[in-house]
Amino acid sequence: MMQATKTISPAPIRKTLHVKADPEKAFRVFLGAMGGWWPKGHSLLGSPQKDVVIEPRVGGRWYEIGEDGSEYEWGRVLEWDAPTRALLCWQLNGEWRYDKDFETEVEIRFEADGDGTRVEFEHRGLEAFDRTARDGHVMGMDEGWGAILEGYRQAADAQA
Amino acid sequence: MANQSTPFAALSEPMRVAIFDRLSERPMAVGELAGTLPVSRPAVSQHLKVLKDAGLVASEAEGTRRIYRIDPAGLGPLREWLDRHWERALAAFAEKVEESE
Repeated sequence: MMQATKTISPAPIRKTLHVKADPEKAFRVFLGAMGGWWPKGHSLLGSPQKDVVIEPRVGGRWYEIGEDGSEYEWGRVLEWDAPTRALLCWQLNGEWRYDKDFETEVEIRFEADGDGTRVEFEHRGLEAFDRTARDGHVMGMDEGWGAILEGYRQAADAQA
Repeated sequence: MANQSTPFAALSEPMRVAIFDRLSERPMAVGELAGTLPVSRPAVSQHLKVLKDAGLVASEAEGTRRIYRIDPAGLGPLREWLDRHWERALAAFAEKVEESE
C-alpha cells in the first residue's frame, strides 16, 4: 500500500559483532568499564573525559566524569540482566545534550558463540530526535544539517 | 568526485531539495513530479536516483508506474551520524575486550 506513514520513524541502529571473550567479560567491559574504550572526542565536558560510569542496577545513572571531577548525565539503566543483557535509556538529544524528557533506548545483548560472544547492539526510538528537531533544537553542526533536519521535520509534520 | 550518497550531499542541489519537499507532501510518480517542476522527466529521474542512493527516498512499483516517497526507514543525517558513532564505539569496545588480561 502506498499510504503515507503516520509518522516518520527512523529505523533502529543495529549492530552485531563477535568478540573473543566470554559473555561475562564482554558484559563487564562494555557496561562496567565503558570509559576504557569510549572514543575520545565524544565527551560533553569542558575537561577531558576521565571515565564513563553505568551504575549496575535498574534506575542506575549513566554518566561521564571529567578529569576535573565534573559529571555529566547521559541517561539511566532501564533493565539490567548481567551478563546477558542490559537496556539503557540514552538521553542525549540531537544537540548531544542531556535532556531528562528525551528518551531513546540502547539495548545490548551478549550470547555465547563458539569461543567468544556474539554482541547485539540496538539504538531505537530515534523518532525522539525528530521531536527535538521539531522543537527548534536542531543540531548546530553546520547550516547544512539544520536545513536537512528542517526538511525532515516538515516531512514528518506533513505525514503526521 | 564528490560523494553524493550521503543525505547532506544529496540535498546540496536546490532541485533535489525541491523534489524532496514535494515528496514530503505525498508520494508521487516521476511524471507528476516533473509536471510541477521546471525540469525534464529524465532530469527528475536522475535526481531521484541520487536521493534514493542517499537513503532519503524509496520507491515502489504500482502497476506500470514507480511511486517515490520519503523513506521512513531512511535516516536523516542524524541517524547516519549516530550509526557511524556507534560503529566506531563498538569497534573500540571489541578491540578493548580482546586485549589479553
